[in-house]
Amino acid sequence: MKNKTRNVIIYALLSIWAIIVLFPFYWMILTSIKSYSSYNSEYVPKFIALSPTVENYVTAFTAVPLAKYFFNTIVFTVVTTGMMLVVVVLSAFAFARLDFKGKDLLFSLFLSLMMIPNELVIITNFVTITNLNMRNTFSGLILPSVTSVFYIYLLKENFEQIPENLYKAAKVDGTSDFRYLFRVMIPISKPTIVTITILKVIECWNSYVWPRLITDDQNYFLVSNGIQEIRENGFGRENVPAMMAAVVVISVPLVVLFLVFRDKIMEGVARGGTKG
Amino acid sequence: MKKNLTAWLCLLPAILFLGIFMVYPLFDVLVYSFEEGYNFASQSFWGTGLYNYSYVLHDPFFIQALKNTFIIVIITVPLSTGIALLISLELSQIKALRDFFQTVYFLPYVTNTLAVGLVFMILFKKTAYSDGLISILIQFFGGPSVDFIDGPYAAKMFVMCFYTIWIVMPFKILILTSALASVNEMYYKAAVVDDTPKWRIFYKITLPMISPMVFYLVITGFIGAFKAYSDEVALFGTDLNAAGMNTIVGYVYDMLYGNSGGYPSYASAAALILFAIVFTITTINLMVSRKTVYYQ
Repeated sequence: MKNKTRNVIIYALLSIWAIIVLFPFYWMILTSIKSYSSYNSEYVPKFIALSPTVENYVTAFTAVPLAKYFFNTIVFTVVTTGMMLVVVVLSAFAFARLDFKGKDLLFSLFLSLMMIPNELVIITNFVTITNLNMRNTFSGLILPSVTSVFYIYLLKENFEQIPENLYKAAKVDGTSDFRYLFRVMIPISKPTIVTITILKVIECWNSYVWPRLITDDQNYFLVSNGIQEIRENGFGRENVPAMMAAVVVISVPLVVLFLVFRDKIMEGVARGGTKG
Repeated sequence: MKKNLTAWLCLLPAILFLGIFMVYPLFDVLVYSFEEGYNFASQSFWGTGLYNYSYVLHDPFFIQALKNTFIIVIITVPLSTGIALLISLELSQIKALRDFFQTVYFLPYVTNTLAVGLVFMILFKKTAYSDGLISILIQFFGGPSVDFIDGPYAAKMFVMCFYTIWIVMPFKILILTSALASVNEMYYKAAVVDDTPKWRIFYKITLPMISPMVFYLVITGFIGAFKAYSDEVALFGTDLNAAGMNTIVGYVYDMLYGNSGGYPSYASAAALILFAIVFTITTINLMVSRKTVYYQ
């Protein structure tokens, strides 16, 4: 009997937090399907939409360049993640399998860079990119976010777990280093590479600070800057339902990605992601 | 020799990128912070010294930002860690719906801070049409009508901290749940045999066993909260100084860019002050942990 009351309390508390987490999502979807006039006529907002409409989604895509923001973010995310994978895989391979002078020293230097907060280097990067005339370009957006020492470290650890004998056997067979990397190491380390990719995609999709500093031309805005622009200059009037429609559109891709790759993402974050 | 070459070629892209965007800026930021009267247009300055630091420390906007940041840190770090611990403990005691709850709790991690912040703003903001859902709820229970977004400082700070906690919770719950799951069952069984009371099990077994992870969360929590910025923009807009809700990182960016920008020297000085604060706090945390954390 005592156990039963305890269970009720536990589930009640857990449900309260679940409601706090879910409510904003419910509210954004609900508001996005209310019409402009019905939203503004509700002094006490209703918890259901009596006559749901998709007009706000139409407005969100026509009145502001939401599709453009979306496209930019996809380009930014794909190119950044792709370049990051090349850089990270190559360096992890060099640190894990190749021998060269100064390897340990260089690796310690790399590791010490992990302690450098982004806020400290972003000032000079801003000046560098401005002086290179790369403001409002994709290269200016992408280049500074390509390397991640932490992911190099993560992948190097993974590469090192692959038995050295495999490498020696491949060498005896006359396999080149790169062939070995692509045919053996990358397939074996696929889980880690997938994790890194997903974490980077989340980071790119949500990045705000750097894009804000480096772009002021709407044609290069990413979704985060786009939503901020919508909030500040909006639809010509305070159109909350259309704003919420834009918020839903921006949130959906990552929520879907999360529901599909749930275990991978949670495992990856537990292994070393902080909110990027 | 050939092997050396392959290795360096593999490392070349990483070294180039890190060199240009991490190592060089690190020295450059120091140089900037000591160059007095640096002019962004002509790239000239008239002296070297500590003037930038003194300017920043005497700037009322910086003092406000410093105050806001410390309040956010002091409120959100203990609260979020505490609530996350409570939720994880409860999660570890149930079987049904556990996966469901874990999935739901993780959702804020994968959402765009700016986008969801807008929803929070709508919920808390007072407009010509409506007082906002939260304010109406408060009035329903007999409270006053409060505007959390443009209203009194305490109300704004409340939304700020609430949203910050909402955002940082998924990571903490995830880490603590996996830490709790990895505690060896044997300890609990032995405790049950000895008829140990529940609270004693918690203080003598659970807490010491997960203390390294709790401590990890406290450290990363402090660092993260000191760097608060995007969440503030999401709620109060880009002009944080006008809203009186700026943070240190926000101050750095405002100095760099935007209407009040064009002063990389002041920005550098402020960023280095922030770094010094975070470094000091982290060192203190590490010293405290050596006394309290139980490492197996």
